[in-house]
Amino acid sequence: MEIVNRPHVENFIRWAADKPRVVVVSADLTNSCEVGKWRDTYPERFFSLGMAEQNMMGFAAGLAREGFEPFVHTFAVFVYRRPYDQLAMSIAYPNLPVRLMAFLPGITTPGGVTHQAIEDVAIMRATPNMTVLETGDATEVESVLDVAHAVDGPVYVRFLRGRVPRLFPQSEPMALGRARVLHEGDDVTILTAGITTEEALRAVPALAGAGVRATHLHVSTHKPFDDPLVLDALKRARKGVITLENHTIVGGLGSAVAELMAEHAVGTPLVRLGLRDTYAHGASQAYLMGEYGLDAMALVRAAERLAGRDTGIAEADLAQVRVEEVHSLAKAEAL
Amino acid sequence: MLTDTTMSTEEVRRTAQRIRKRVFEHVMRSGGGYLSQACSSAELFATLYGKVMVLGASQAPLEPVPFPGVPGRDNPSFVSGGAYNGPREPQFDRFIFSPAHYALVLYAALIEFGRLAEHALEAFNRDGSTVEMIGAEHSPGVETTTGSLAQAISQAGGIALGRRLKGEPGRVWVLMSDGEFQEGQVWEAVQALVHYRLDNVGIYADVNDQQCDGRVEDVMQVGALGEKLRAFGARVYDVDGHDVEALAAPAAAPSDGRPLFVLAHTDPTRGVPLLAERAPNLHYLRFGSEAERERYQRAFETFDEEA
Repeated sequence: MEIVNRPHVENFIRWAADKPRVVVVSADLTNSCEVGKWRDTYPERFFSLGMAEQNMMGFAAGLAREGFEPFVHTFAVFVYRRPYDQLAMSIAYPNLPVRLMAFLPGITTPGGVTHQAIEDVAIMRATPNMTVLETGDATEVESVLDVAHAVDGPVYVRFLRGRVPRLFPQSEPMALGRARVLHEGDDVTILTAGITTEEALRAVPALAGAGVRATHLHVSTHKPFDDPLVLDALKRARKGVITLENHTIVGGLGSAVAELMAEHAVGTPLVRLGLRDTYAHGASQAYLMGEYGLDAMALVRAAERLAGRDTGIAEADLAQVRVEEVHSLAKAEAL
Repeated sequence: MLTDTTMSTEEVRRTAQRIRKRVFEHVMRSGGGYLSQACSSAELFATLYGKVMVLGASQAPLEPVPFPGVPGRDNPSFVSGGAYNGPREPQFDRFIFSPAHYALVLYAALIEFGRLAEHALEAFNRDGSTVEMIGAEHSPGVETTTGSLAQAISQAGGIALGRRLKGEPGRVWVLMSDGEFQEGQVWEAVQALVHYRLDNVGIYADVNDQQCDGRVEDVMQVGALGEKLRAFGARVYDVDGHDVEALAAPAAAPSDGRPLFVLAHTDPTRGVPLLAERAPNLHYLRFGSEAERERYQRAFETFDEEA
């Protein structure tokens, strides 16, 4: 698997070159959100607003009203938690084209509870006018810019940084409202988003080898959630459906799938894997994924429950784990 | 329509008194309402529309339209209430209205300046109307949604920054209330306005020492606003908020790189001295008895429009 180092850095600079209305606003996490070089390349379009997110949302709104396309870059928790009223009233209500680039989704940071955005999809899904996207690999980090740019209204993007795997070919960019079908089978349907897709890519072949046939969908648009591919995949699952999300199981991908199944009378069990209505703590991503059951083994166990049998799959049977240094050079800022 | 900035001081003063009377009349007809805000800010609105802001003719119908739905990509019929303040063109100023519960005073001002129909207040707070009690950006004269207080100054900062990037000469005027300065966001915004030297922003604050729970200084002291703002690096004028010329003068001073704050010290019982009996509970007038209502009715009937 190809690992791409900081794909956003150069891609965003290239992408913005012929888009003079694209501006960046930042709140003291510029290098941490991989736009330090962007700032140095386009200093006249970069605005540092300091550690003051409430005001930053208002400035972004005002710039958008004047015809600019602000890309807010900060950590996800400082987009939807601290300044939520400003986000809702100054940006979302007027349906302004502000792009909220939300870094460190879920438990991707050892920064602990204050830095881990674990309920952001729930809150952003519940915010009218908001489009909610999540990047799952380097191709999506690159192509989400075009997707967001085309939306007439605010867009919230769960963004990956640092060393990012390339799971999908660059010739297959992210498309709004379209899931990727990564595997097909009629026993269980597995839906993943963001970093959990890599886990499913490890689990699904092992399940197939043990005779549990899975359809696996990678979701990059949380809202709107009306992709006919998703509904078809839910309907074909004979034993049940599993969602695996880097988020609390309340209000995120699992809830969206539950709503869709209920509305369309898809009568099969649903297992929602994710943080079980709990905060997390500061530790490595791999450690936390194991601790909270967000990894490939958790997926295997859930599939076994739905299939009603033990597959005998053990950790050693899963595809190679990607070994990630927690404090690698790629993440010069530990946070 | 010509811009209104040619109005004489005496005309502005009389217009302010008519705004006050119009709000008073509406409050009596409705059995209560936001009266003290009109008492304190009538000269502020009249001076902004009559002497300070350079606005083009209203782009909105005199008759307020029914609620057009909320802004959204599926609602092409949405119309901004900012259209009442004229076209969004480079040479014209913009008005950003912060204390949205002053909406009644704003509507009365729009009527006095010929931007809203004479009888428009009949639609005030009526179901399905845009002439809402608190108002949002579909309401006449309202460009941004600011009922959650202290958000206007940041939005105005972004608008001012955007206008500067585009090289537009028009300025951005904000009307605020003093209670809003309790919100941390205001100070975040002030530091950003100063940091980016946004001297195309002018903030007029109605310093009436009143907020929902009572006197500002009792609810949560904001202290010497002028000194605090100056310490942040702003350009500050403290003026008598009922003196039209004093209110207008700071806007005429050449810009010097600093955002402009005009602290208009006002009396929330101005023109209706009877209100002082209720102090410090002036935020929303509710009649405690029929006898009280009758006393206010007599005060309204003897209200001196020429005062």
